[in-house]
Amino acid sequence: MVTALQWLGQWAMGAVHKLGRAHLFALHALSGFPQVLVRFPLLVVQVYSVGVLSILLVAISGLFVGMVLGLQGYNVLSDFGAEESLGVMVAASLVRELGPVVTALLFAGRAGSALTAEIGLMKATEQLAGMEMMAVDPVKRIVAPRFLAGIVSMPLLAAMFSIIGVLGGYFVGVGLLGVDEGAFRSQMQAKIDFHEDIVNGVIKSLVFGVIVTWIAVFEGYDAVPTSEGVSRATTRSVVYSAFAVLGWDFVLTALMFGKD
Amino acid sequence: MYSRTIEIWVGIFVALGLVSLFLLAMKVSNLAELDTGGRGYIITARFQNVGSLRPRAPVSMAGVRIGRVTKVGFDKSSYEAIVEMRISGEYDTLPTDTSAAILTAGLLGEQYVGLTPGAEEEYLKDGDEIELTQSALVLEQMISRFLFNKAEEAGGTEEGKAEKKATGSAKR
Repeated sequence: MVTALQWLGQWAMGAVHKLGRAHLFALHALSGFPQVLVRFPLLVVQVYSVGVLSILLVAISGLFVGMVLGLQGYNVLSDFGAEESLGVMVAASLVRELGPVVTALLFAGRAGSALTAEIGLMKATEQLAGMEMMAVDPVKRIVAPRFLAGIVSMPLLAAMFSIIGVLGGYFVGVGLLGVDEGAFRSQMQAKIDFHEDIVNGVIKSLVFGVIVTWIAVFEGYDAVPTSEGVSRATTRSVVYSAFAVLGWDFVLTALMFGKD
Repeated sequence: MYSRTIEIWVGIFVALGLVSLFLLAMKVSNLAELDTGGRGYIITARFQNVGSLRPRAPVSMAGVRIGRVTKVGFDKSSYEAIVEMRISGEYDTLPTDTSAAILTAGLLGEQYVGLTPGAEEEYLKDGDEIELTQSALVLEQMISRFLFNKAEEAGGTEEGKAEKKATGSAKR
């Protein structure tokens, strides 16, 4: 009984300790942001590896998610004779939820895990220690550009996901299932509000970008510097990112759409 | 050059992302059409019953949207609903005896405010109130009234049940 309590206490203290480290780490990385903007090429290279290389994955996933939404939505809506609302359904679910959330999950798997593994391996091969020896702050030099690149890339990727998803839904709905083209578009434009839906979706994707990249770089920096430690850190990075994104999605949705 | 290709790709990426955001804003959402955000003028109307009218519902005249409902309030002294709506600035020639009715788009559709122009020479200005209003039709009240009348006419309960079924399937 006492050992169980001790174990619980140990776990809780460990969790709080780690959370504190993560926040100090984030502040440290944040203090490196101005430096990153001065050395712009550092950021460009990271945006390339984090963002550009994720375009194909995000585009293909978005297309298929949109097409599936079109098919499923049509099946349900045709029962009520409301096929014309298909555009609203596809666009609203993509812009509000699926765009930011699925992109964040894909982003965690595609870019987040790579960031963790990269930084973890740098630590394991003592490259970070070597930088410190040369009086170069590894958090500012290595972590800050990656962190900023993730934050910049996520909203752009989420926007691409949403628009390609809408096109996929349009293709299935109008092209294959014969929903009226004008009704699809006019109902969509009438019901999707710029401030309520689009801006909130962008805010969500921005928050998810911060969360996923933060977890990824912190797990890499905090990894036990062995091959096993790095592999565990990579797994943790993806798992924690998924939990955090889904949990925060509920919180943000409750804040944005919960009232009235 | 390696870094040059990377820079070009990043440029394409950022441009694609911004184009997507732009398309979402202009093609998917309602930003492109009738912006009643700050411009235009506000008029109010009092209704006995607004049904399920909500803020942001369309205000239309002759079937064309000319504004949006901005607020649905309640007057505690007269027990009426006060509907505040913003009309786009370009439609500034509504006569002062314009009447407002709460209508429904289709059987299951959303409710909106329909304006019908009057014949006065003077036009509604910012802050004016529409005097002639017609409340929302509440479907349940209508059906129950209809059934009640039918039952009274027939003087039997069997008839009433049959009618209920008929209206039930008509609604579907």
